[in-house]
Amino acid sequence: MTNEKIREQLTEKFGEQLSFETPYGMLSVTAPADQNLKVLQFLFDTEELGFRFLTDLTAVHYPDRNGKELVIVYHLHNLFENVRMRVKVAVPVEKPDVFTATSLFPGANWMERETYDFYGVNFVGHPDLRRILNADEMDYFPLRKEYTLEDPKRTDKDDEMFGRGGKIATTVSDVK
Amino acid sequence: MPRPVQYNTNEKVKFVDLPQGYAGEGFYATSFDKVVGLARKNSLWPLPFATSCCGIEFMATMGSNYDLARFGSERMGFTPRQCDMLLVAGTISKKLGPILRQVYVQMAEPRWVVAIGACASSGGIFDSYSVLQGIDQVIPVDVYVPGCPPRPEGIIDGILKLQELVGNESLRRRTSDQYKSLMESYGIQ
Repeated sequence: MTNEKIREQLTEKFGEQLSFETPYGMLSVTAPADQNLKVLQFLFDTEELGFRFLTDLTAVHYPDRNGKELVIVYHLHNLFENVRMRVKVAVPVEKPDVFTATSLFPGANWMERETYDFYGVNFVGHPDLRRILNADEMDYFPLRKEYTLEDPKRTDKDDEMFGRGGKIATTVSDVK
Repeated sequence: MPRPVQYNTNEKVKFVDLPQGYAGEGFYATSFDKVVGLARKNSLWPLPFATSCCGIEFMATMGSNYDLARFGSERMGFTPRQCDMLLVAGTISKKLGPILRQVYVQMAEPRWVVAIGACASSGGIFDSYSVLQGIDQVIPVDVYVPGCPPRPEGIIDGILKLQELVGNESLRRRTSDQYKSLMESYGIQ
């Protein structure tokens, strides 16, 4: 199975909706956001393709791409022929809704929770979409590129200890 | 001629000095808090709360080379209810903060806390959104051991410093208003 064969099959099925790249020789397919499940299902079900293992699922934030700021990346693996590929979908950061892949890959459950945790992607239909690594009461998505490097509003740093002046928090309420 | 004793002559064993007091034939009188302090400081039960590399250094401290048991901390208790010295070794994330606090609350008074290493003391290199900038943000700390990670000698030094605190602690300290207000500032009853 070559990149060209996968590309041919996908184009035959989905037509002009998909765009392709092969950075460093690995095929990347970009699909419309509402087509993500259909593309994954097609890659899963088609006998000659057989991408039945989800290696990784994550997101990337491109703050400059208007209306397509958040890109959700699926890394797929055909374990029979040892072929890998990527599927990407892009959503606007104001309404980051994509369909969950948990019905297809049960392993996507925690990966989607992680992606939600760090990027705020809303996986529609996920059975249990809540934070997985960060503290539950966190009210922001830390890996979005929308924060200055040194956030001047942060109050949980003890600036005194870093030689920057400031005051040491003495009570739990100071930390908040 | 009696056989000479060659072993266990106690030449190298260091004994704890007697506290100040009055000795006479068959009695020794000293103040109660000195005796209690002596007993407490030489039998601190450590509770390790190790999350990273400082924990490895602490394991070396407990091992035969450095042998913390020499200072009366023979047995680690892996339950907060039996221990009186909480050793926090490693990075504490904000999510772990409430758990550490719960472990501290479960310990019986009197209890002492040692923050081992830069992360436990101040957050260390992790000046980050997810890391607690020092465990003294959630629980009171008695001794800070600097280093990233500190050597076992450093940890032993910290524990000896703590022993000094424990030995000289007033028996009334834990019921004092100052101590109560300290606990209240951390929201601990």
